[in-house]
Amino acid sequence: MSVEATTSSPSGAAAEDRVAVASNWRLVWWRFRRHHLAMASAALLACLYIVVLLPDFFATQDPERTDARQAFIPVQSIHLFDDGALSPWVPAIVGKRNPVTLRMEWQTDTSKKVRIHFLAPGPSWKVFGLFETNVHLIAPADPKQRIFLLGSDRLGRDQWSRIMHGTQTSMTVGLVAVALSVILGIVLGGLSGYVGGKTDQVIQRLIELLQSVPTIPIWLALSAALPRDWTPVQVFFAITVILSLVGWTTLGREVRGRFLALREEDFVLAARLAGCSRARIILRHMMPTFLSHIIATSSLAIPVMIINETSLSFLGLGIRPPAISLGVLLQEAQNIQTLALAPWLLIPGLVVIVSVLAFNLVGDGLRDAADPYSQ
Amino acid sequence: MIRFIAQRMALLPLLMVVYSFVIFAIMQAPPGDFLTAYVATLASSGSSISADQIQALRHDYGLDQPFIVQYWLWVKSLFQGNLGLSLEYQRPNADLIGEQLGLTIALALFSFVLTWAIAVPAGIYSAMHPRSFVDHALTVINYVGVATPNFMLALILMWVAFAWFDIGITGLYSPEFVDAPWSIARVLDLLAHIWLPGLVLGIAGTARLSRIMRANLLDELNKPYVVTARAKGMREWRLVLRYPVRLAFNPLVSTIGWYLPALFSGSLIVATVMNLPNIGPLLLRALINQDMYLAGGILLIYSFLTILGTLLSDVLLALIDPRIRVEN
Repeated sequence: MSVEATTSSPSGAAAEDRVAVASNWRLVWWRFRRHHLAMASAALLACLYIVVLLPDFFATQDPERTDARQAFIPVQSIHLFDDGALSPWVPAIVGKRNPVTLRMEWQTDTSKKVRIHFLAPGPSWKVFGLFETNVHLIAPADPKQRIFLLGSDRLGRDQWSRIMHGTQTSMTVGLVAVALSVILGIVLGGLSGYVGGKTDQVIQRLIELLQSVPTIPIWLALSAALPRDWTPVQVFFAITVILSLVGWTTLGREVRGRFLALREEDFVLAARLAGCSRARIILRHMMPTFLSHIIATSSLAIPVMIINETSLSFLGLGIRPPAISLGVLLQEAQNIQTLALAPWLLIPGLVVIVSVLAFNLVGDGLRDAADPYSQ
Repeated sequence: MIRFIAQRMALLPLLMVVYSFVIFAIMQAPPGDFLTAYVATLASSGSSISADQIQALRHDYGLDQPFIVQYWLWVKSLFQGNLGLSLEYQRPNADLIGEQLGLTIALALFSFVLTWAIAVPAGIYSAMHPRSFVDHALTVINYVGVATPNFMLALILMWVAFAWFDIGITGLYSPEFVDAPWSIARVLDLLAHIWLPGLVLGIAGTARLSRIMRANLLDELNKPYVVTARAKGMREWRLVLRYPVRLAFNPLVSTIGWYLPALFSGSLIVATVMNLPNIGPLLLRALINQDMYLAGGILLIYSFLTILGTLLSDVLLALIDPRIRVEN
């Protein structure tokens, strides 16, 4: 790739000068910016992580609030305009008991309108557990009215609010598990590559062993071994540890490869001759040259973790209720009878697919941009 | 070549020892043991057992022994083909696993064949027509396929089949064949049902393998020997299939090492959702009910299948690529 192509500014001497003095990170950014799909995905992920930070703001009600008389309510979609004027509303739900099956059958009735407001008061919640507020993105005009933007489940819990909280858990599991893998991968991979010899041999055999483990069955067995009386927070961290136990091996290999390649470079020799300590050589001279690769590899590892967490929780051996994750939500959609009755219970799966897709696209973009000097 | 295979085979028992130790440690990890669970089962069915009897049983099963002795007893009975007794089903574990093992392997292998049968031609086509409609479509399927958890795909398919075509697609047989003895009709019925779970299981892998095939082939197609052959007037299809495809195959064969094991462990989730006879759901139940020896036996089989998959890819690779044999 010609260097000029990296910049989007008009070509010429000024632009070339800009490229010549640009830092490594700036070059990476310029290259990443050209991936339009990756940029769009990055914006989407930014939105998702705002939900992760403030799920209560986006939720319309308490995700645990149950009401057996409001089970399996279908999706109430938002309409922004009423008679040409901006006045958001959702259609009301009318229920009728089926005389044969004795089951409530719900219909949306667009002639009856439930007014909603944006940025309006609702149940109170705490920002980061510190300040109390009652502002929600969407709230019904009548606070006693419940609205189900994405329908309700078997116990009459609001799926929209539950998805907001589930997204928080699932996205955080991905991040924490990858963070653990990165630490393990850098330390063990770095040791392996920099020290070499017997250490290298041992760590390499360990990686091979872990990579040839039948992952899903072993994960299930490990999660089943967790004590039943652990709190949701303890289970959450145990699950992330279990997931990262196998996850670090890819990163470990990558880091080792980079260390092996760099060990013989002139600038490392120069640093050693100049009397730098081993820690300084690694942290100051070697790490910056492959940090972008590590970021790219780990951003591709996050979606794998999210899928694994969702699968484990779906099978009932991951995050456990009352904690909410996207996998826990999908447990509600486990059998075909429920699905036929309430297909909207599959929506948490769409959130998984979209977020994993976004992570993969960003990761691919980062991987291509990670080495701005390459072809 | 024989020496190479023998070397890899020699590694197998060693790995099995390591795995069996780890699996036994995981089995022992939950609080309580086989007997605590057994006593709980008895209590729930109304019968009770005295403390002395429990102590005697504990001694008989060697549960009062240290960990390493218990491990040794377990391995010893494994060698005698004794996988223990299932608490929940009150039947030998070996029988329970044996009933479902054949279909578990059949599903994974079927999915594997399906994957290759679709991925290889698709990869060749999209390498020969880069940026065509098919090529772009495969890229999209690859991204979406990798992003969709297996169980989600199974759920969506089940829902679509039920809601729009009003058919149930769970299980591996039509109702009349579930308990029927093996016959040609039953095999045909199995084949009519197995393709869908096979496809669900293999779709992400199919897309990924076709991308690998495409990338390998694109690298080869730019090489001088291809240009030479083309200049000499060789027909395009014959040229591509005869030389570059054979070279592009090697990296694909090396994927068997991780892909086949991934199919075995992935079938656990698909089988659970689609209600298939498979050791996956059996393991899940055993884990949830703390039926430890059954779970341990199944985990061992998964490990064995995983090692076998890796071994198979090593041997195949050595067979088709002389360079690998020379290196060893």
